[in-house]
Amino acid sequence: MSFSQRGAVAFRGIRKAFGAFVAIPDLNLTIAPGELVTLLGPSGCGKTTTLRMLAGLEAPTEGQILIGGEDVTRLPANRRDVSMVFQSYALFPHMSVAQNVAYGLEAGGMKSRPARAAAREGLDLVGLSGMADRLPSELSGGQQQRVAVARALVLEPQVLLLDEPLSNLDARLRRRVRTEIRELQQRLGFTAVYVTHDQEEALAVSDRIVVMLEGQVAQAGPPRELYEAPASEFIADFIGEANVIDCEVTQVSDGTATVAIGAVQQTVPAREAVPGPAKLAVRANAIRLRPGRGELPGRVLSAAYLGDHMEYEVETDLGRFFAIVAESDTPMPQGSDIAVEFRSRGLALIT
Amino acid sequence: MTRENRRLDLLLLAALFCCAALPWYHIRSGFYGFDWLSDWAGEPLFWPLVAQLSPAQWWLWPFVPLVIAVGLLRHLCAPGPDRGGRLMALGAAGLVWLLVEGLAVGLRGWNWSLWETLFGPVAGQPAFGAGAVGLALCCLAMISFGLAERGALKGDVFVLSAITLLVGLVATFVLYPLLSMFTGAFQDFRGAFTTEGVAKNIGDPQIWSLRCVVGTGGCGVAWRTFFLALCTATGTTLLGLAFALVATRTRMPFKKGLRLMTVLPIITPPFVIGLSLILMFGRSGFVTEFIGDVTGWDPGRWLYGLTGIWIAQMLSFTPIAFLVLVGVVEGVSPSMEEASQTMRAGRWRTFRKVSLPLMAPGLANAFLIGFIESMADFGNPLVLGGSGGVLSTEIFFAVVGAQHDPARAAVLATVLLCFTLSAFLAQRLWLGRRNFATLSGKGDGGRHALLPRRVAAPVIALVTGWSLFTLFVYGMILFGGFVKVWGLDHSLTLAHYVRAFSVSFGDGLAWTGVAWDSFWTTMKIALIAAPLTAAVGLLTAWLIVRQRFPGRGVFEFALMLSFAIPGTVIGISYIMAFNLPPIQMTGTALILIFCFVFRNMPVGVRGGVAAMSQLDGSLDEASLTLGASSPRTLFKVILPLLRPAILAALVYSFVRAVTSISAVIFLVSAKYNMATAYIVGLVENGDYGVAIAYSSVLIVVMISVIGGFQLLVGDRRLRRGEGDARRAAARRIEEVPA
Repeated sequence: MSFSQRGAVAFRGIRKAFGAFVAIPDLNLTIAPGELVTLLGPSGCGKTTTLRMLAGLEAPTEGQILIGGEDVTRLPANRRDVSMVFQSYALFPHMSVAQNVAYGLEAGGMKSRPARAAAREGLDLVGLSGMADRLPSELSGGQQQRVAVARALVLEPQVLLLDEPLSNLDARLRRRVRTEIRELQQRLGFTAVYVTHDQEEALAVSDRIVVMLEGQVAQAGPPRELYEAPASEFIADFIGEANVIDCEVTQVSDGTATVAIGAVQQTVPAREAVPGPAKLAVRANAIRLRPGRGELPGRVLSAAYLGDHMEYEVETDLGRFFAIVAESDTPMPQGSDIAVEFRSRGLALIT
Repeated sequence: MTRENRRLDLLLLAALFCCAALPWYHIRSGFYGFDWLSDWAGEPLFWPLVAQLSPAQWWLWPFVPLVIAVGLLRHLCAPGPDRGGRLMALGAAGLVWLLVEGLAVGLRGWNWSLWETLFGPVAGQPAFGAGAVGLALCCLAMISFGLAERGALKGDVFVLSAITLLVGLVATFVLYPLLSMFTGAFQDFRGAFTTEGVAKNIGDPQIWSLRCVVGTGGCGVAWRTFFLALCTATGTTLLGLAFALVATRTRMPFKKGLRLMTVLPIITPPFVIGLSLILMFGRSGFVTEFIGDVTGWDPGRWLYGLTGIWIAQMLSFTPIAFLVLVGVVEGVSPSMEEASQTMRAGRWRTFRKVSLPLMAPGLANAFLIGFIESMADFGNPLVLGGSGGVLSTEIFFAVVGAQHDPARAAVLATVLLCFTLSAFLAQRLWLGRRNFATLSGKGDGGRHALLPRRVAAPVIALVTGWSLFTLFVYGMILFGGFVKVWGLDHSLTLAHYVRAFSVSFGDGLAWTGVAWDSFWTTMKIALIAAPLTAAVGLLTAWLIVRQRFPGRGVFEFALMLSFAIPGTVIGISYIMAFNLPPIQMTGTALILIFCFVFRNMPVGVRGGVAAMSQLDGSLDEASLTLGASSPRTLFKVILPLLRPAILAALVYSFVRAVTSISAVIFLVSAKYNMATAYIVGLVENGDYGVAIAYSSVLIVVMISVIGGFQLLVGDRRLRRGEGDARRAAARRIEEVPA
């Protein structure tokens, strides 16, 4: 199996309306060959519509879609060089695993014998060589998912589309399968567009994450950039749950800014900050709680024990904080007075 | 060469073939006899379009530039939205012209005298033949290819062709007949426009009189029919509810057997119940005679009239109401009832305050279905109507009887259609959104509460009584065939069966019985119609469920609407539409086949929609993204998964074709007589013995067909849920009004 340097994708001025409802007002997005891009966002943000337009299952109202430099806007799904892994897997229940995997090859005009051989190769790729003659209903969820991936990959598409491929798996399996998908993608080097609403999944597999909100790109960038330098309150909250609070930038120098959070002074990376009032994203695990009194006094509203860590909700003059504390041996009781402090990592000015 | 050009080339070839080789006009001896081939060159009537072109038939000339224009488009323009638009325009123009010239020039010249004064006299032309129909199909294809090139539905030419074809078929075989019927009301014998017939009939006291309410005398036939429909709907709804409650919420023995009852209305020719009632309660019925012997009192002819029809309809349609209501009663989630009981409500209070209100929309639905069924019923009133008929029989007698008044038939049919359509619209629009039935895919842990005792006892008694009565009625049919002369000589005999179904082995096998002829015709036509019905129905279902196209709502609604057209109305409209050019089919097997296909198509559509809604839509999408075209998706993925639904549609459309009467009776001919029409003829002649013997045979044959089908697919479940899908499909099918 080989993937050449094809596989670039471009959305140009895409607008999609369903009747009077505008799902996507104006989308411009490019994806480089061999990149795994995740479309992330809350439900109804247009990420699945974007994916389906790329697959040819929806037609954009306006704009252009290019795959590998070719304009495919008017091409129907079956003539586009992409293939898709569906949320429900959509394995054909009346065909064996091998027939499922060979289906696309035969539809493309391959004779049945070479198609079977290619299907077997594809099944080897996902480690299901022994299952070729079973019906999909005789496989476990994880195995069905891998058949769906194999079925899409044997066509050697320019772009592989994955529509929430893990949402039907249990949490433990999800972690394993997402690693497998990422590994396969890096080994074979194909372009992949991955839709999910799970920010942890997105952080784990992506080269680049595109966060969408109301049909628009809210922010796009590598996972670390989105986490450490969120462009908006929404991004800060959506990726890695942050407490967003008001603060005052008092001084900016050499790429660091000094901010005042109530009475607390803290230095953070400056980004493009200018002195004046600003918003600060505080990650839940960047908060330290100490019994007694301090510069930012607070009170424990609720405490939950989660085995290896504690989750607290804390009331302060600056508002409520959600804090995750790794130390769970000596929990702070509900209603106790505490001092809130911040670590320097895990704070980001929102610009 | 692109695929756009390749398919256009094929289209051009087909159009040329239609214009240059196929006979343009209708051939009386039948196209499929292919007798015309031997005399093709010599007889002008068999000539194709190019040979028909003469100054006298100037209205045929425009088709020549049409085909040339398509050829020019193919070679001068590149495929694209531009060419698509022009192709569409050409196709539409061709269709419109075909329609105009076909309707304007009849057998003996202009159909309307106005045209003659404008354009001068012309010679007439026969009806469309293979060439003209072929060219019409080519024009439809032009429209869909044009749409595809304009990028409609993502350029999927298969789906577009399917849609245009279906629209064309529905327009020709549902809309056109209805329109012909309406215009038929405004025409005199020579086809000139007149309001005389309508004016005479629309205010006819025989139709609209209300004298039975105010004053003395009988009411008009419209009100009688309406009143009967109300009574039947009320009765069947109540009985159906009783049956449904017994089947789901009591511990009555044999309640599984109740479900078997639901196939009865499908397998029974609709006049059989009436026949059996005559055997019991008619002048010489054995119940009548028994009463006469014991008490000396002669009940007389009370059975003939609304009372008798009502009893027969109750027997015929209660199973349908049961079928609808059993779904409703089961659909009320047990957890609602359990919730009510945990809130300290007793069984009676729970039933009255929770279960019944939740079922209310379902009850209204069953009521409306019963109403439509009763309105559309033809067989029972025909047998039991006596002097006081209902609308459907009045329509029949207006056409075939001595009065021969097509305008009256058209007016009556319009009245009937208005009644059923308003009931149907009420059902769709008003009830459509009010369904509380809490069916979901998830298993609901609870069990239905049993009926409170004070309800259970009378309900069980009622159900038992009615079931016995039904059994008795059916037993009577089987038994009646073996009796010499009913009412006079009750000695057992096989004579009726011999007369109907004898065979002789003299020189080879000879079907000497009087019934064989119509029996084999029926089987043949039903066998041809069934696969067509299933195909058209499932294709429609696929388009409705899986394709999003503009006008889909209207399309679906128009189809649904055709469910509510009574068979009598279809029959009368088919005669009025297809008796004269441009489309002439009366007296052929073709008209029967088309009638069955479009009358039973709802069966396939509903079954297909039910089954297809249970298939995950991403299966289609997966197939498409894997590079398969939409026909491949349909044939390799959807159809194999729908196999049970396909079989169900096949069997039910076959059975319904065999047992239906209302539309058929207008369309049969000496050459193509159908079993049901033949039996009705026997009944009219008072030949009850043979009629009953023949009916029993039909019932037994239909039972074996359905039983065989059940055996074939019934227990073959590949995996969980499939059986449920099939049953859901079967249930949907049976809900279709007859």
